[in-house]
Amino acid sequence: MLQFDNVSKSFGGVNAVDQCTFTIPSASITGLIGPNGAGKTTAFNIIAGHLFADTGRIVFDGQDVTRLPAWRRQHMGLSRTFQLPHEFSRMSVLDNLIVAAENRDGEHILNAIFRPGRGRTREQEARAMATRTLEFLEIGSLRDELAGNISGGQKKLLELGRALMQRPKLILLDEIGAGVNRTLLGKIADKILELNASEGYTFCLIEHDLDYVSRLCSQVNVMVQGRLLTTGTVADVRNDERVIDVYFGGGKYQEHA
Amino acid sequence: MNAEGIAFYLVSFLTMGGIYAVLCIALNMQWGFGGLFNAGIAGFYAVGAYTAAILTSATAPTHVGGFDLPILSGLLGAGVMAGVTAWGIARVCVRLKADYLAMASIGFAEIIRLVVINEQWLTNGSLGISRIPRPLEDIFSGRQAEVVYVVFVWLVVLLTYFVSQRLSRSPWGLVMRAIRDNDIAADSIGKDVQRFRVDAFVVGSVFMGMAGALSAHYFKFFSPDATEPLLVTFLCWVMLIAGGSGNNRGAIAGALLVWAIWSMTEIITSHLPVEWASRSAYLRMLLIGLFLQFVLQRYRQGLFPERG
Repeated sequence: MLQFDNVSKSFGGVNAVDQCTFTIPSASITGLIGPNGAGKTTAFNIIAGHLFADTGRIVFDGQDVTRLPAWRRQHMGLSRTFQLPHEFSRMSVLDNLIVAAENRDGEHILNAIFRPGRGRTREQEARAMATRTLEFLEIGSLRDELAGNISGGQKKLLELGRALMQRPKLILLDEIGAGVNRTLLGKIADKILELNASEGYTFCLIEHDLDYVSRLCSQVNVMVQGRLLTTGTVADVRNDERVIDVYFGGGKYQEHA
Repeated sequence: MNAEGIAFYLVSFLTMGGIYAVLCIALNMQWGFGGLFNAGIAGFYAVGAYTAAILTSATAPTHVGGFDLPILSGLLGAGVMAGVTAWGIARVCVRLKADYLAMASIGFAEIIRLVVINEQWLTNGSLGISRIPRPLEDIFSGRQAEVVYVVFVWLVVLLTYFVSQRLSRSPWGLVMRAIRDNDIAADSIGKDVQRFRVDAFVVGSVFMGMAGALSAHYFKFFSPDATEPLLVTFLCWVMLIAGGSGNNRGAIAGALLVWAIWSMTEIITSHLPVEWASRSAYLRMLLIGLFLQFVLQRYRQGLFPERG
C-alpha cells in the first residue's frame, strides 16, 4: 500500500528522519514504534504530505506522491489523525465530519453564489454518512456540540470519524491512544479492528503502549534516531536486544538487590 | 433642529452607515468566515472609488477619462478592478499566516495611496476627481436626491448581505470555516486551502471596491483624503469585532452602531471651544476605543455571536 523509500529529512542540523525505509502492506494494521524523538511523527507528516522529504521517495498505491501536497494525497485515499487534537473547534461535531466529505460542485465559489442548488444532494449524502459514522463511533449524542468543547478522547474519535468520511485506503493514526482513558482506548481498538476486518481499511499507527500495539498490529516497524531499526511481529521485536536497549536504556531488566 | 432636519440627518447617517455596512460584510467574508487578516481595506476601497470615478465622471482635461459611463457600470467596474487587484495580491500573499498577511496588506494599501497621490495623469493627484454623477440626478435634486441615494446604497447592502449569507451557508462556507479553525487539518481532509483563501480574499475585496464606488458617487468628488486608513480600515475592523465577526447581521449592526458614535459625537465636538475642537478627532477615536473595550468585556464574541 505504501513504500517509505530511503527518506531523509533534517531540520537545521538535526536529522529527524535519516535514510529510513519501511513499507505498510495492504489491508494490514502496521505499528510504528520507537522512543521519543525517533522521528515517527515526522515520518507521518512526510507520508501525509504536511512535510516534504529532503531525499527519498514516497510511493502510495503504486504512484509516486513524493512532491504532492497533502490535500491531493487525501484525494487518492490517504487520511490521517493528529497527535494533538486538530478539530475544527468553532464548528459542530457533525459539521466537522460533513466538511470532510468531498463536494466539488458545492465548494466552488461561483456555484455557492449563483447556483446554491449545486452540491446540495452531495451535502445531504455527506450529512447522512456523517450521522452514521458518529453512531458507529458511539459519539452520536455529541453531534450538535461545538467540537472545541468536547473532551480530548472524544476529539480523537472525532478525528477518526473525519478520516473515514472519504472512504480512504490508508489511515495514519498518530497516538490515537494518548490521553484517552482505558475504557475508551479499548473501544477505539475494537473500532479499528472492526474497520480493518469488515471494510478492509489499511491502518498505520504510532503508539507507545506495546500491549496496545500487540493487540492491534500484525507487523511493527521500529524507528530509532530517524532510522529503521527493525521490522517484525510485536513478539519478535519485544525480544530483540536492540529494541530493549533503546526502550529501556541498556541491559535487560535487572532485579534490584 | 426641526423634524425635517432630523429626518435628513438620519438619511445622511444611513447613507454612510450603509457604505460601512457593505465594507463590514465584505470584511466578514474574509475574516469572519476565512480568518484572513486584511489590514488593507482602504486600498481596495480606493481602487473601487477611483475606478468608478474615472468610468462615470465627465471628460476632464487633467486626468484619464472620465468616460461618462452609466453609474451601474461604475459600480460593476469598481468591483471587478478591486477583485482583480485582490487576486494579484492574494496569489502572492495569501500563503502568509494571519499576522504577515496583515502587514503585507497594509503595505499594499500604502502603495495604492502613494499611486493615487502621485500619478496625476490617472487620478488628478491630491486635487481628486470631481463631477462624479449620482444615480437619477437629472430627475431628483436636493433632498429628494439624498433619499434616492440612501435607497440605492441599501440595495447594495442587501445584495452584499444576500451574497454573504449564501456563501456562509454553502459547502464553500463550511470549508472556509474549517480552514479558519485549523488550516493543517483542512489540508489533511483534502481541501486546497490556498484556493479557498484566494476565493475569500477576492470576493470580499470585490465588495470593498463597490463600497468605494458608493462613496465616490455619494460625495460626487473623491480625493486621496478619503482613503485615510483610520477612517476606513480601522473603523471597519472595530465595527466587525464589536458587531460579531462570523455573523452578517452583526456586521451590519456593528457598522451602524460605531458609525453612530463616530458621526454623532462630531455634533457635540463641533460645539466645543476652538482649542478643544481641533483635538476632537482624537477624543472621538478614544471614545470608539472605549466602546470596543466595553463591548468585548461584556460580549466576548461581539454583539451578535457566530452561533446563537
